[in-house]
Amino acid sequence: MTSAVRFQNVSRHFGAVRAVDNVSLAIAPGEFFAMLGPSGSGKTTCLRLIAGFEQPTAGHIEIFGDTAEGLPPYRRSVNTVFQDYALFPHMTVGENVAYGLMIKGVARAEREARAKQALALIKLPGFETRRPGQLSGGQRQRVALARALVNEPKVLLLDEPLGALDLKLREQMQEELRALQHQLGITFVFVTHDQGEALSMADRVAIFNEGKIVQDGTPADIYERPRSRFVADFVGSSNVMGPDFAQRHGGPASWVSLRPEAIRVSAAAGIAAPGSADGQVIGLHYQGALTRVVIIAEGTRLIAAVPSGSVSLHEGDRVRFTWDRTALVAMADE
Amino acid sequence: MRSDGSPRAGFGLKLSAALGILFLHVPLALIVLYAFTTEDKSFAFPPPGLTLKWFATAWHDRPDIWPPLWLSLKVAVIATALAIVLGTLAAAALYRASFFGKESLSLLFILPIALPGIITGIALRSAFDIMGIPFSTWTIVLGHATFCIVVVYNNVLARFRRTSGSMIEASMDLGADGFQTFRHVVLPQIATALLAGGMLAFALSFDEIIVTTFTAGQQSTLPIWMLNELIRPRQRPVTNVVAVLVIAVTFIPILLAYYLTRDGEHTAGAGK
Amino acid sequence: MMAARAGTVSDFFFRRPGLLTLALLAPPLLWIGVVYVGSLFALLLQSFYHLDDFSGLVVHEFTLSTYAQLAAPANLAIITRTVTMAAVVTIAAAILAFPIAYYAARYAKGPMKALFYLAVMMPLWSSYLVKVYAWKLILAKEGILGWLAAQLHLTPALNALLATPVIGGPSLSISYIGTFLVFTYIWLPYMILPIQAALERVPKTLIEAAADLGAHPGQTFRTVLLPLALPGVVAGSIFTFSLTLGDYIIPAIVGNSRPFIGQTVYALQGTAGDIPLAAAFTVVPMAIMAVYLTIAKQLGAFDAL
Repeated sequence: MTSAVRFQNVSRHFGAVRAVDNVSLAIAPGEFFAMLGPSGSGKTTCLRLIAGFEQPTAGHIEIFGDTAEGLPPYRRSVNTVFQDYALFPHMTVGENVAYGLMIKGVARAEREARAKQALALIKLPGFETRRPGQLSGGQRQRVALARALVNEPKVLLLDEPLGALDLKLREQMQEELRALQHQLGITFVFVTHDQGEALSMADRVAIFNEGKIVQDGTPADIYERPRSRFVADFVGSSNVMGPDFAQRHGGPASWVSLRPEAIRVSAAAGIAAPGSADGQVIGLHYQGALTRVVIIAEGTRLIAAVPSGSVSLHEGDRVRFTWDRTALVAMADE
Repeated sequence: MRSDGSPRAGFGLKLSAALGILFLHVPLALIVLYAFTTEDKSFAFPPPGLTLKWFATAWHDRPDIWPPLWLSLKVAVIATALAIVLGTLAAAALYRASFFGKESLSLLFILPIALPGIITGIALRSAFDIMGIPFSTWTIVLGHATFCIVVVYNNVLARFRRTSGSMIEASMDLGADGFQTFRHVVLPQIATALLAGGMLAFALSFDEIIVTTFTAGQQSTLPIWMLNELIRPRQRPVTNVVAVLVIAVTFIPILLAYYLTRDGEHTAGAGK
Repeated sequence: MMAARAGTVSDFFFRRPGLLTLALLAPPLLWIGVVYVGSLFALLLQSFYHLDDFSGLVVHEFTLSTYAQLAAPANLAIITRTVTMAAVVTIAAAILAFPIAYYAARYAKGPMKALFYLAVMMPLWSSYLVKVYAWKLILAKEGILGWLAAQLHLTPALNALLATPVIGGPSLSISYIGTFLVFTYIWLPYMILPIQAALERVPKTLIEAAADLGAHPGQTFRTVLLPLALPGVVAGSIFTFSLTLGDYIIPAIVGNSRPFIGQTVYALQGTAGDIPLAAAFTVVPMAIMAVYLTIAKQLGAFDAL
């Protein structure tokens, strides 16, 4: 099957900086694909390579089977929602949305009708005559979305589109974006540095670090089976333990990750069996249904998430904590 | 403390600011007053009487005013047009550019106003001498355009900096090529800054004397005419009337330029 | 087809963004480079020639003798006089400008702020010659200052001032005081705007932080505002200093007959026909400004321009 977007050994260097370093990836049609990574990891450059704002230094890019490198953005069937929305301040909302159609030479009546439809789709009906300056951040973001979608792109690129919104609006938009993607069936490529956002929205997530994809897979894959220390660190609150700790307690001789929910805490008694260890509680953070327990054991700092009220714990308590061996995930030391 | 949290200015500060502003404006007001004086042999204050007759005299009896006025207008229009094109190109290039030496290049464009005008003047004159170029309207234009470029450059660059760079990318992303993007997105964004820069360039050129003296040869622009009247006065009040006219001609474009760029970018003055 | 061709050109430049920048830059750069810098070099070249004393013709041979002439006492006096005037004018303009800029930046709001801005812009942009002329009216013996002094019974004080050696003269318009006043007046707005811009860039929270840390207003001004306004003052001084160095009209119209650099250059290239010496003279303000601009750049003044 033809991929929606395919990178073959793509690199983009800026002088000595390898912003994107020999990346290969394939995004399936209709997929909601998230690129996740810290700033400067190359995820945004990858998005800009797809959009055509950047050209690869080396490698090959295909969009639905067509070679993309060398093509300027205006010759590609992809559209972008920008981080700062980039709405044209001198045009009305309606003119903004109809801009792509106007450039294509679509007759005025038709483009107005389609802009109207697009605005209805993103739940801003009747906003045609307003100016971008009169809109709230959330509304601007919706207009930016409509402006891209009205062109019926084969791939929609979203560059940290929710970054400027407050928490509540962000959560609402996450749901709406997800629903919109299902409804339209368009391939979405989404760049974010917020792992919660990536995991909750995407079908597949690629984790970027220093210009490379260090792991890609479903959100569950990424979360439960991080392949390296970097991924475990970045994706979540997984506990990361050194090879000696894991080996002492019956695990593999490598770095391991252990999710906080996989740890059970009880009072320390007798000798700890394999798959358990003793430590001291140094902090308790109540978070509603769960309480996060910070434990120091053999010089390693661990976090356990236990149901609130299940065990009575105090700071300074000696405790035993136990985990399933299967929950211990071996990782590369990078 | 007031409710908005900003303290009130002290009396001393207010007084010195007010006196400073007064110092800037009294001389201009006096020029206007002297255009109506009945005394034509000296600068006596207060004027012994007021009259409108000098306006009529200037209009009817002094044909020597008109050719310099036309020449000044002509030079200002051509120099402004050149400056608009060149200044915009320079601003666009330096806004896009991130190459080594960008700083020095921008310094190069500021140089014609950072160095004393007499240097520009005598440098151009000796270049004309060496190359055997005779003085003409174009030699004046050449000098004026050189220092007008920076005014447009400053205004347009300030606007570019305020304009989100992703706007151009957004336009291309939506299918517009470079020319379409320029027409539909870039030009509307910089239009008022361009106009403002053009107005200021016009005012600057219309009024220029230091460089012009060197590049005009025997020709007379309005400022040169005025300078001659200052050194060898014929009818002092007529000079006053022309001075008032010059104030009016330069004030209008400046007010317009201010109006066009009033939301936030007040770089215009530093551009002179 | 026109549109297709435009698209092709657009594609061409898209693939070569550096070339587009170059294409944009080329016309203005050529203009400034050829017309302006070329002329400056022509001028510089002339300064290495010399004027033959007997024939009165320029000898096109490389020599430093013209520069040596600059060191003649009369010429040194001209340079000292001009630089001193430029320095005094710059200091006076900074002192006068600061309260205006400070008030406009920190206290004026809304329409008042716009009014202040225009009140500075108008004199800045209004005709240079008209402004000089206005001072001729003001400083004339029978003019408004003399009248004002008489009204306030200060005529003896004015006369005493005019009797002061060096800076005095037969009347205000024929004295260094007059020249100084006009220079300061004409260049003052160039000092106000950059200081105001620098002050406006100081975030309000910084002032509040200083107050919060126990500084009283005077201390806040001295330790926070003044250092942060300094680049603005330096930026303004570039204009006041440079413009005073090169001016030849103000001292010719208002002042005693002792020449400044600008007048000397004007006279040398005109009636005297000694282009080499005139060129060498212009190198003086150029060199001073080069040093000045280098220091200003170090102090971050260019961001305040």
